Amino acid sequence: MGAAATIDRDTLLTLLLRLADDHLVLGHRLSEWCGHAPMLEEDLAMPNMALDLIGQARALYTYAADVEGKGRTEDDLAYLRLEREYLNCLLVERPNGDFAQTMLRQLYFAAFMEPFWKAAASSTDATVAGIAAKAVKEVAYHIRHAGEWVVRLGDGTEESRRRMEDAIEELAPYLDEIFEDDPVTVQASAAGIAPQPSSLRPAFDRIIGPIFAEAGLTFITPPYSQRGGRKGMHGEAMGFLLADLQHIQRTYPGATW
Amino acid sequence: MYSQGLIGAKTETNEDEAFLAAFQARIDAEEKIEPNDPMPEGYRRTLIRQIGQHAHSEIVGMLPEGNWITRAPSLRRKAALLAKVQDEGGHGLYLYSAAETLGVSREQMTEELLAGKAKYSSIFNYPTLTWADIGAIGWLVDGAAIMNQIPLCRCSYGPYARAMIRVCKEESFHQRQGYEIMMTLAQGTPGQKEMAQDALNRWWWPSLMMFGPHDSDSQHGDQSMRWKIKRFTNDELRQKFVDATVPQGEYLGLTFPDPELKWNDERGAYDFGAIDWDEFWRVVKGGGPMNRERLAARRKAWDDGAWVREAALAHAEKRRARREATKLAAE
Repeated sequence: MGAAATIDRDTLLTLLLRLADDHLVLGHRLSEWCGHAPMLEEDLAMPNMALDLIGQARALYTYAADVEGKGRTEDDLAYLRLEREYLNCLLVERPNGDFAQTMLRQLYFAAFMEPFWKAAASSTDATVAGIAAKAVKEVAYHIRHAGEWVVRLGDGTEESRRRMEDAIEELAPYLDEIFEDDPVTVQASAAGIAPQPSSLRPAFDRIIGPIFAEAGLTFITPPYSQRGGRKGMHGEAMGFLLADLQHIQRTYPGATW
Repeated sequence: MYSQGLIGAKTETNEDEAFLAAFQARIDAEEKIEPNDPMPEGYRRTLIRQIGQHAHSEIVGMLPEGNWITRAPSLRRKAALLAKVQDEGGHGLYLYSAAETLGVSREQMTEELLAGKAKYSSIFNYPTLTWADIGAIGWLVDGAAIMNQIPLCRCSYGPYARAMIRVCKEESFHQRQGYEIMMTLAQGTPGQKEMAQDALNRWWWPSLMMFGPHDSDSQHGDQSMRWKIKRFTNDELRQKFVDATVPQGEYLGLTFPDPELKWNDERGAYDFGAIDWDEFWRVVKGGGPMNRERLAARRKAWDDGAWVREAALAHAEKRRARREATKLAAE
């Protein structure tokens, strides 16, 4: 990250909403497992990670509302936008699938966010730096937890290995999008606020590589990548996720909860 | 969250009188019984049954509240509910461990639950239909659970008593959270207040049933009291709960669905109407609105997760074998 250059308010707002939406949506997906996990220990671990993600989302929405300066709250931003206004990447909104797919999605996202937060910890924006300093510790645990499962499942039984391979194939088209640079990330990086996503790929590979090696899994590059989340173009599953998320806020407009 | 007056444990025991008298003397001296201490079989069986039911209640109890996590109306409420449901899973784990000290495994207990042989608190066989139900469960169901569990902190069996101390601290927090949800609704829009009243109407009687049958109909209360597993009778605890809860509801401006509920100056307690025991037994025996779905959800989670658990075991075994092979090669 350089410094000196400044960032305009809309660009910073977009950057924060992308991040906040990533965390909210992945937290939502993880929390869908609550009470239905393969073992009691996971019924504790998954809500734990979901709580971290929701907590990070709250800090980001609160700051985004502040930057926007229109008197909106964290809940207005989290609950009351239209689907096309959500800017999360496609990876986080993918349906849970089986436990293998859920853990691989978690590992991918965490392996992207850890180097992101590490870089953002020295952000020129003090609020972003503060959020990053806390998040970086939490995401390290997510890598450890999800990574251990990827190893167990890749190495475990024939069935678990097949399911892990299916998960790799299933999620492969959604990986490139998270590393995509665009004018928002260029400006954020030039202003020293957040790193360019593309710059995080080597760090991501350094995290995933040894885990896949230990699991005996092979990384695959899909023929086509899916993109669009950062511009509000989502998959069909996203509307249902938002219907769930927004249900009460939409049914009782203006109420306090 | 919960425990209900114990259902269906056999307290009879057939040790000789000297053994039983020596055990009773320890109980009467308020000594804690620890896992390796000699104990009557009936005492062990009663505790396994009670702690198991308690643990199962925590686990099944994750479902009705988990039902609202993705729909929680604000991020603050969502985080609090996630944490609460996670606490319940933690209580379950803690309680299964306490039961394991009595010589039963978590797997055995889980199998009994999934086979429909083990009971759990029947309150969780009612559905959570609105967000206010999350408030009502925290306020009433956790409130009733606390009434039951505070005395269990002095239970004669050490591991259970110690587990209850931690559990009660978290339950008190949940109960305050639930009451705060109800307060927000009661002070909110007419629609929100209506939602709160509707939740109280539906959860009040099932909450009173959580204390179990009347003392006159409870078969095992006396022995459990003598062994100091229980410290108060079902009816005593139920009365304490009513007396503590009615003023809280009145403060919210809500009404209780019991026309006979009124303060009795002479007794210094609230009188209340007759509990529908037919409904209680119907729900205990499997006929509640959600019995089938709750068990089906637990079975599905268990069955769908089988390959994960098998993979974890297989991986651990492979790792052990690889470590040993490396060690052998190095020698």
